[in-house]
Amino acid sequence: MSDGRLWSLFADSFWKILLPGLTMTIPLTVIAFSLALVIAVCVALVQFANVRVFKQLARFYIWVFRGTPLLVQLFVVFYGLPNVGVLIEPFPAAVLVFSLNEGAYCAESIRAALEAVPVGQMEAGYCAGMTYLQIIRRIILPQAMRTAFPPLSNSLIAMVKDTSLAANITVTEMFMVTQRIVARTYEPLLLYIEVGLIYLLFSTLLTGLQRMGEKRLSTHTKKGGE
Amino acid sequence: MLKIQGIRKAFGPLQVLKGIDLQVNQGDVVAILGPSGSGKTTLLRCLNFLESADAGTMEFDGESFQLDSISRKEIRALRKKTAFVFQNYNLFLNRTAIQNVMEGLVIARKVPKPQAREIAARALDKVGLSDRYDYYPWQLSGGQQQRVAIARAMATDPEIIYFDEPTSALDPELTGEVLSVMRQLADEGMTMLVVTHEMGFARNVSSQVIFMEDGVIVEQAAAGEFFSHPGQERTKAFLANLGDGQYGA
Repeated sequence: MSDGRLWSLFADSFWKILLPGLTMTIPLTVIAFSLALVIAVCVALVQFANVRVFKQLARFYIWVFRGTPLLVQLFVVFYGLPNVGVLIEPFPAAVLVFSLNEGAYCAESIRAALEAVPVGQMEAGYCAGMTYLQIIRRIILPQAMRTAFPPLSNSLIAMVKDTSLAANITVTEMFMVTQRIVARTYEPLLLYIEVGLIYLLFSTLLTGLQRMGEKRLSTHTKKGGE
Repeated sequence: MLKIQGIRKAFGPLQVLKGIDLQVNQGDVVAILGPSGSGKTTLLRCLNFLESADAGTMEFDGESFQLDSISRKEIRALRKKTAFVFQNYNLFLNRTAIQNVMEGLVIARKVPKPQAREIAARALDKVGLSDRYDYYPWQLSGGQQQRVAIARAMATDPEIIYFDEPTSALDPELTGEVLSVMRQLADEGMTMLVVTHEMGFARNVSSQVIFMEDGVIVEQAAAGEFFSHPGQERTKAFLANLGDGQYGA
């Protein structure tokens, strides 16, 4: 095959692959990761605050979702649940699984960050007459989120790549579109490298955003600001 | 104003406080002295419920409380009438100097923001930090941080301020600026209970001195009396061991 034909295949398919990236991969990541953060903050806080029953529930949730493969979780929800009458469309099913799975990992990052806030911060809050929840919301959580930002960014970048697994439950995201083009053109090497490059592009952009975010969040620490 | 009877506290098998009685009247500046491990800091922390005492009663402004069965609500009400200055400042790290002072006013006491800002600014001016309102704790020296902490304590107009070794984490040069702020507070009639190693402060600023060892109060006397005519042998030995230099300030 000539170089010219390869080059034009590369150029033609670039937009075909990037488009589902913009309409599926990114929305899936953004929605699922936002939900994951909400789950993670709640799960981390009930452990940090030692709320009895909820703490056990939280440990159980983390145990299950960290301990089983993401792909298996996707299959159970999309192909398994219809057996008991629960039918979920591909995209919402992917959002559900990705947010629950990611929430389990992020919860641990946030819990570690909460525990890293010096105990004196809590005591100073009490002495100022604040309630536990006021101290958590205004003093502890903001400091913890700054500490948790790098590991959370890690999780976000991992998630962008993991969304390729959603192809297995018929979400037409970048990887599924690539597979279809490969089936028509028989150029697996070129096209899989190409989709890999697009994932790399997304990750690179996110890394840049992470750096900007860290700078903005760090006005109250020595490393940033000034 | 504050009366404590029979405070006991143990950490596991270790009895740290073995029944302490203490009275502080309005306007008193009481210095608590004693070797490390004598229970001074634990006593102070029990008074503000950062540690829960195993036994004892507290009388605050005529109200009585059982220290081992006091409710959360009562604790919070008491904390709003008091303030605490820590050895390592414990400024809120994600808040600027003025926000540190405002936090207890706006959030805990529901003072409107503009008014809280005014009070906070006045408190910071008073401790000599009128040019540091918007600095974060990490941008301030230890002495400046401790002065912010004192501004934070006095801004809420407490009935008593507890100081837990407020200068122990500071260089000798920075100790002076913090002590002079404390002396100024004392002169204005603030009621203060100060755990300290600063003999100069105890001697020249405080009205009462308490000497603690092994979880009990060995001697309690008016400051002048304590240093010139200590009653107990143990107190004499303690004072004799101090270098003359520490009597300055």
